[in-house]
Formats: sequence, structure tokens, C-alpha cells
Amino acid sequence: MRTLILKSASSYLLPVLLIFSVFILLRGHYLPGGGFVGGLVAAIAFVLHAFSHGLDKTRTILKLHPGFLMPLGLLVAFLSGIAPMVFSDLPFMTGLWAENPIPVIGAIGSALFFDLGVYLVVIGASLTIIFTISESA
Amino acid sequence: MTNDIIILPLVVHLFFSIVLMFFWNKVDFQKIFSVVANFIALVVAICVFVFVYNNGTQVVQSGNWEAPFGIVFVGDMLAATLVLLTAIAGFAVSIFSTISVIRARLRFGYFSVFHFLLLGLNGAFLTGDIFNLYVWFEIIIISSFVLISIGGEKNQLEGAVKYFALNFFASMIFLTALGVLYGLVGTLNMADISLKIAEVQNRNLVEISAVLFLVGFGIKSAIFPLYFWLPASYHTPPSAVSAIFAGLLTKVGVYALIRVFTLIYGGDGFLNTLLLTLAIMTIFSGGVGAIIQNNIKKVFMYFIICHIGFMIGGLALFTEVAMAGVIFYLIHDIIIKTNLFLISGLIYRIKATNNMKKLGGLYANYPKLSLLMAIPLFSLIGIPPLSGYWPKISLILASLNAEQYWFFGALIFGSLITLIVIAKLWSEVFWKDQPKLSLPKKFIYFDQLRLGQKFTFIFPVAFLTFVTLYIGFGAEHIQQLSQRIASELINNELYIDAVLKR
Repeated sequence: MRTLILKSASSYLLPVLLIFSVFILLRGHYLPGGGFVGGLVAAIAFVLHAFSHGLDKTRTILKLHPGFLMPLGLLVAFLSGIAPMVFSDLPFMTGLWAENPIPVIGAIGSALFFDLGVYLVVIGASLTIIFTISESA
Repeated sequence: MTNDIIILPLVVHLFFSIVLMFFWNKVDFQKIFSVVANFIALVVAICVFVFVYNNGTQVVQSGNWEAPFGIVFVGDMLAATLVLLTAIAGFAVSIFSTISVIRARLRFGYFSVFHFLLLGLNGAFLTGDIFNLYVWFEIIIISSFVLISIGGEKNQLEGAVKYFALNFFASMIFLTALGVLYGLVGTLNMADISLKIAEVQNRNLVEISAVLFLVGFGIKSAIFPLYFWLPASYHTPPSAVSAIFAGLLTKVGVYALIRVFTLIYGGDGFLNTLLLTLAIMTIFSGGVGAIIQNNIKKVFMYFIICHIGFMIGGLALFTEVAMAGVIFYLIHDIIIKTNLFLISGLIYRIKATNNMKKLGGLYANYPKLSLLMAIPLFSLIGIPPLSGYWPKISLILASLNAEQYWFFGALIFGSLITLIVIAKLWSEVFWKDQPKLSLPKKFIYFDQLRLGQKFTFIFPVAFLTFVTLYIGFGAEHIQQLSQRIASELINNELYIDAVLKR
């Protein structure tokens, strides 16, 4: 599938899709979206790049092995879960919210970090699966 | 919020498995870390147990959502005891895994998944929400799929497929039962369901949902006639994996049955008759299956099935004496079954086979080890004063009091079969002379291991044997504990009041 059109389009689509995935991640608390969908969109961006440019080039863009994102994401989600236990003496996974909302992003809470963790795990897991399959194919 | 301590077993296991994932390629580090981590988890479990023992049932409302709406974690005496037993078994198996499981398997995240399995088990014991129980079951079976198929040998994958298919089916039925139950009562909190199910008019539908739960949990805990996946799959993975499966995976099904049939469907006549019939059939078929097997691991597997029947039958009698017997048997069984599979792994390491016909002369060559292995085997039979003896007294007494002579007969039959088969195993494996056969050359035998490596085989067995001896000789403490748990289970108002803060 090394066509010129796909190759040039995917170079532009990669950053656009990544920004779109972050947008979906952030709007997910009250509206459709969230970490899982955002992670899938981000994974698709890299998969499209790998289709058009080859797996090795995508690997060099990613710099680290996608499998590394899984424990990282789990750690972020885990820390957001135990944060209320450590900091404010509340039960496991209680939502903590910052008082003042930040422009563009909105109110920041521990739920966002949980979603961020899911986002990273989904990218890591789906890219590991797809890269492994396309390697052996 | 000091009662947060009851979810610490979950937090530590989750944390340890994440750390182990970061060190994916460093197998030697993982070995040491996992053993240390399991030791820490054991300390945490002891703290949880002592805390619950002194302060009664603890409830944590995760996310700070009030009880019937949010997911609660309930640490009652039964849950705390099982968390402690999980930690003991996990500690022993993690030490056993370090040398006995080959490097090619450890390289694929064995220890990380092992901690996820323990996380799932602890979660299933501690949760007070029935849908959350389903989620923990999923975590358990996904981790166990990885553990059973890691390594990818042919017979291993064959066992894994059978295991996968039937357990997935069980999950589906469990989910169906959940749907029916939720449609009836409109809540998922087990304490809340317990209150509301009495008011449901349509009793037939209640019984249907109960039978669906029975089938779902029955497949997982391997009761008659749903146990066929167990003998087909448990002997295929390495002994360390079989040990944790044998000790805890079927028992989590028994735990779920105990929880659901005491808290939600307590004392229903039809269901108790059904459970009792199934228990008698389970004891009978498991016992008969054990006689004809020649592989040590397969013998032990049929014992798992046989002895599940003891617990289910006691649950069906639904008296305090019977429940105390069930809980005592559960405590005894988790430790002993884990130990038996570790022993079969040790025998395999010594002789490179688990076939009784090819084994022999163990007692002549390893008298001290044989003594060590004799204790769990005799405890399994229930020779007084070892640990299997005490719960059987309670169960037999309860069956006579309830005038359930068929179950009484089944108990005697199951004990007798155990005695016969262990006697056969003892004479074949330990007393008989070693038959002449060509042993595989490319195998690292027990004698060729260094002292430290031998230690990783013997210490877990000795540790679990020590716990078994304590259960036998300190039976008074365990009996008190079991009676306390039994009265908590039968008088479930305590549990409901604690969860709903009435």
C-alpha cells in the first residue's frame, strides 16, 4: 500500500489525529469520548503511518516501545486512584477536583488522570498487538 | 479512614504487578521482587485479618459513593480469612516458581500476571457488589488464561482451550443470572439485594436466577456434572501454576456459592435439596475418578472435585454446625491442595515423571523429604489430629443432626476413597522399589541443583506443611474462627447492617 497519496496524506494526518485524540480524551467526562476512544484514535494514527511508511519508520517516530506505555498508563491510573487515600483521607478512587477551572481544558480532577491512564494503556496495548501481527505477517 | 486497610491487599498487588511490568525483560530481578512483594502482601493480609478480627466487619465505599449506589468493599471475617489464605498460598507459590518454572515462561511476564491473578482473587473475596464480583472473576480468568497457556506446549494449549471455553461459558451464565436478578430487584449491592429479594412476588424467577448462579459458579468450582474441564486442563501447566489454580481458583467459585446462597438465597428448601444432591454426586464421581488414575497430578485433581462436594453439601445443610465445618474445610483445603501440587512438582523434579507406575523408592532415597510429604497426604485423609479430621467431624455431625443419611454416606465414602487412593499412592511412589526405566538425559534433576535452588523447592512445601500442622494442632483456634464466620453467615443481618449503615 505504498501509494504516494496515502503517504503524503498520512504525514499530515498523524499530528491531526493525535490532536483529535487528545480532544476526545478531554471532552470525555460529560460528553461522548474519553480515554478508551481517544486511545484508539491515537493508535489508528500510528497504524496509518505504519501502513504508508513502513513499520521501522513508525518505530523511530515513537522512540519507545509501545509496550512500555501499558505499565506507564496503569501507573498513572493507579496513582489517581490512591491519591484521595494519601492526600485527603477519603476512600479509594474518590474524585478530587481543583477549585478553579483552567481555560480551554476545564476543571481538572483525578478522573482526568484516570482517563489519561486508560488512554496510554489503550495506545500501548493496541499498538503492541498490531505491530506484533504485522511483524510476523 | 482507618478501615481503608481492607483494600490494601488490592492496592499492593496492583502496584507490584505494575512495577513488574516495568521490568519486563529483567527476569532475575522479577524473581526476587515477586518473592519480596508476596512477603509484603502476606504481612498486609495478616494486618487486615487482625484488624477485622478485633474490630468486626469493615466497609469501604469506593469513590465515596453511598452504599446501595456505589461499589462497596466489605471485609467481614470470611473475606479477611480468605485474603490471608490467598497471601499464604501466593507466598509459597512465588518462591516455588523461581526455579521450577523455566526461564522461557518467566520471560513473558509470568510474575506480573501472577500478581494480577492474586489481585483478582483478593478483589473477589472483598467486594460487596455482585457485578463487581463478576468483574473480579473476569480478571481472574483472564490472568489464568495467560498462566495456563504461557509456554505454548501442545498439550498445554489443548488444556487451555478446554479451560477457556468452559470458563467463558460460565461467565456468560453468571452474567445472565445477574441480568435476571437485577431485573427483579433493581440493585446490585449484595446486602441491598438480600433485603429486597424477600419482597419479590415472582418466586419462580428468583429460583431461576438462583439456578443460573449455581450453574455459573458450579462450572468454576467444578461440581458434578460440570467438572469435566478440570481434569482436562489442570495438569498441563507447570506445577506452580497448577498449585495456585488448585488451591484458589476452584475455591473462589465455592466462596461465591457460599456468599450468594447465604446472603441472597438463604434457606430455600428446593435449592438446598438441589445443592445436596449435586454435592453427593460430586463426592461420588470425584472419588471414583481418583481410583483409576495413574498420574499423581490427575489423582490430586479428582480429589479437588471430590472435596468440593464436602463443602457444597455442608452449605446445603445450612445449619451453623455445618457452616462451621464448611469454613474449616475451606481453610484446610486451600492450604492442602496448594501443597499437594507443589509436592507433585517436587516429585517431578526428583524423578522426571509423575506417573505412579514409573515412580518408586522415594522413601529409601529421601527419607526426610518423604516425611515432609507424608504430613500433607495424611492431613488430606483426615487422620486425627491432622487438619482434615476436624472439619469432617463437624460435617458428619451436622449431616446426622439434619437426618441427611445420603450425605452422611457420601462423606464416609469420600473419606474412605481418599484413604484408599493415598495408601495406593504411598505404596507405589514411596515404598515400591524404583522400576528400571530409561530416564531422560537432558533434564535437570533435583540432585544436580545447588543448595539455594533446592531450598526454593523445599521451603514452600515445608511452609505450607507447617501451616497445615498448625491448622491440625491449633484446631481450637480455627474452630472458634469457623464458628464465628458461620454465625456471621447464617445471621446475615450483621453484614447487611454494616454495609447499609443502618
